[in-house]
Amino acid sequence: MPSAVYLDNNATTAVAPEVLEAMMPYLKDLYGNPSSIHTFGGQVMADVEAAREHLAALLGARPGEIIFTSCGTESDSSAIHSAARCLADRRHVVTTRVEHPAVRNVCRVLHDDLGYRLTEVGVDSQGRLDMDEYRDAVDDDTALVSVMWANNETGVVFPVEECAAIAKARGAIFHTDAVQVVGKLPVNLADSRIDMLSLSGHKLHAPKGVGALYVRRGTPFVPFVRGGHQESNRRGGTEAVPNLVALGRAAQLADQRIGDENTRVKALRDRLEKGLLATCPDARVNGGQTDRLPNTSNVSFEFVEGEAILLLLDQQGICASSGSACTTGSLEPSHVLRAMGVPFTAAHGSIRFSLSVYTTDQDIDRTLKAMPEIITRLREISPFGRGKPKTGAAKRSTK
Amino acid sequence: MWDYSDRVKDHFLHPRNVGEIEHPDAEAEVGNITCGDALKLMLKLDDQERIVDAKFQTFGCASAIASSSALTEMIKGMTLEEASKLTNDDIADFLEGLPEAKMHCSVMGMEALQKAIADYRGETFELEDSGRIVCRCFGVTDKLIEKVIRDHNLRTVEEVTHYSKAGGGCRGCHEDIQAILDRISGTQTPVAAAPSAKTRSPLSNLKKISRIQEVIEREIRPALRSDGGDIELVDVDRDTVYVALRGNCSNCRVSQFTLKGVVEQKLREQVADTITVEQVT
Repeated sequence: MPSAVYLDNNATTAVAPEVLEAMMPYLKDLYGNPSSIHTFGGQVMADVEAAREHLAALLGARPGEIIFTSCGTESDSSAIHSAARCLADRRHVVTTRVEHPAVRNVCRVLHDDLGYRLTEVGVDSQGRLDMDEYRDAVDDDTALVSVMWANNETGVVFPVEECAAIAKARGAIFHTDAVQVVGKLPVNLADSRIDMLSLSGHKLHAPKGVGALYVRRGTPFVPFVRGGHQESNRRGGTEAVPNLVALGRAAQLADQRIGDENTRVKALRDRLEKGLLATCPDARVNGGQTDRLPNTSNVSFEFVEGEAILLLLDQQGICASSGSACTTGSLEPSHVLRAMGVPFTAAHGSIRFSLSVYTTDQDIDRTLKAMPEIITRLREISPFGRGKPKTGAAKRSTK
Repeated sequence: MWDYSDRVKDHFLHPRNVGEIEHPDAEAEVGNITCGDALKLMLKLDDQERIVDAKFQTFGCASAIASSSALTEMIKGMTLEEASKLTNDDIADFLEGLPEAKMHCSVMGMEALQKAIADYRGETFELEDSGRIVCRCFGVTDKLIEKVIRDHNLRTVEEVTHYSKAGGGCRGCHEDIQAILDRISGTQTPVAAAPSAKTRSPLSNLKKISRIQEVIEREIRPALRSDGGDIELVDVDRDTVYVALRGNCSNCRVSQFTLKGVVEQKLREQVADTITVEQVT
C-alpha cells in the first residue's frame, strides 16, 4: 500500500522532524531537572525559557504570560477554574453551543455541581456565532466568557476580539480555546483584549502531552495544578523538558510556515472541496459560506453513514474523521453540526478533512479519486440513496 | 477503529444479498435515517413457507451493514418457523462477535426479521407496535427494552443502550430504564412521584427558569429532535415562556400546535399552571 494520506490534522499532527531533533537530547543526555542547583540540571532551565520565548513570539505575547501545561484540556480547565475562583462574587458563565468538550464539560460542571448560571450561545446554519444572543448573554454577573477561536469540526472562525471587548466591558474574564488556531492563523495578543488563551502542542507538529495557557499580565490567576514553584508558582509539577523544548521549536516552525498554510494548503483544501462537490451528488460543505481555517473542510454526504465512509477510506490508506453518531462514541451525531441545524440525514454522513503543511497535491488527488466510488457504493446499499424517496423507512416509533 | 472481527469486515466490505425483491412475500423496515441506522428487509417464500431469497438495504455503520448481510445469509433456506427463532446473538455469533457498543446492530437485524414475519402472518409486531415509548430519541419501547434485558441478562443502563440504543440520546429516560431494570431483577426501588403543580409552593424566578429548562430538555427536545427539529428556551418573563423552534420544526405548519399543545401543557403540569408559551424566531 502506498504511504498513508493523512487528512486528520485537527485530531493530531505529525511531529516535525526538526522538532524531534530539537527534543531528542533532553530524552537522552540532558535529563536533568531544571530546578536543580547543580549545573547538570540547572542548565536545561535556560532551554525551557528559550522555548517559552519562541512560543511567546508566535503569539505576540511576553514570555512571562506563558504557562506550560500538559495539554489543551488542562489549559482550558485551568483557565475556567481560575476565572471562577478569582471573580467569586459572580455566578454566571457564558460559552457557546459548539465548544470542544474540554470547555463545554467544565462549564457544565460549574453549572450542575456548583450552581452557576450557564449560557451556551447558539450559532446559525453556517456555524457563525449569534452575536445578538452573545451580547445579551454577557451581564454584570458574568465571571467568565469562554469562546473558541475556531471550531475543531468545521473550522469556522469566531470574532473573538469583538467577543472579548464585549466581555471586558462587563468586567468578565475572557478566555479562548485557540487549540485549532495557533499555527494556522496569525495571532497577536499584544493588540488584543483576550485575557487567557489555550493551545495544544500536538496540533502544531509538537508531540502529544504538552500545551500552554496564555494569561495576560495583570489578569488574576490561581493555579489549577498545585505543587511546587514551577511556572512561577502558576502550575506545579516538574517541567516536561523535552516536550517544552519541542513546543518551542514547533512555534518557530509555525511562524515560518504560516504563510504556506494560508496559501498553498488553503488552495489544496479548496481544490479538495470543489472536487468533492463536483463528483459526489447530494453533498454540502458545513460552514462553507463563512470565515474558516485554511486547512479544514467538513462535508456532509447525504444518505450514507460516516463510519462506513471512514472505514472504506481507511482501506485505501486515507485518514479522516467524522461527526457521525457511530464515531462520536455516543449514539447522536456531533453537537456542533446539530447546533448548526444540519439535518440528521446529513450530520450522520459528515466527514472532516483537515490538512497540514505536509499535505501534498498527490494526497488530494488520491482522496478525490477514492471518494466518489465510496459514496456510490454505500448509496447502493442504502435504502435512502439518490433517486429513492428521501424519507423511506418506517419510523420505529410512535403510533 | 477497526475493532471488528474479520467476519464483520468481510461482510461490510463485501455485503451479500444487497438489493430489493420484486413482489416480496414479506418485508419490513426498521430504524430511520435520523436515528443513524435503518434496515429494509425483503423475503421471498416458497409454498412451504421456506425463505428462498432474502435481500436487504441498510443505512448505517459497518456493523449495521455486516449484521444485515449476515442475517440474509443465515435465513436463506430456513422455514419461517425456524427463522422466527433466530436471535440477535445468533447474528453476532455468525459474525464472530460484535463490539459491545454495536450489539444494537444485531438487534436491529432480529427486529427486521421478526417484523417481516409478523407482516407476512398479518400479526402485530409486538416490539414496536405495542408497549410504551421509553426512549423518545430513538423511539424504543419498553417491550424491546424488557426483551434485551431478559435475553442478555443486562444489569446497567449502559448495557441496555448498547443493545437497544435506548438512552443513547438525551439521557432523559435513564431513570425510566433503571426502573425497568430494577423491576426485572426484582429489586424494585420506589420511584418518587413528581409533585403536582397545584401542591407546589411558588417558585423563585431562578428556580422556575431552571425547572422550565429541565422540562424542555427532558420532555420536549428529544421528541422534536427525533424528527430533525429542535427547540430552544429564549427567555422567561414572569409566566410567559419564549421559545424558538429550530431545524425541521422552524418551517413546520403544525409547530404552533406542537407549541401550544405539548410545551405549554408539559410546563403547566410540571412547573406552574399559569404558564403561557410564545414562539419567537
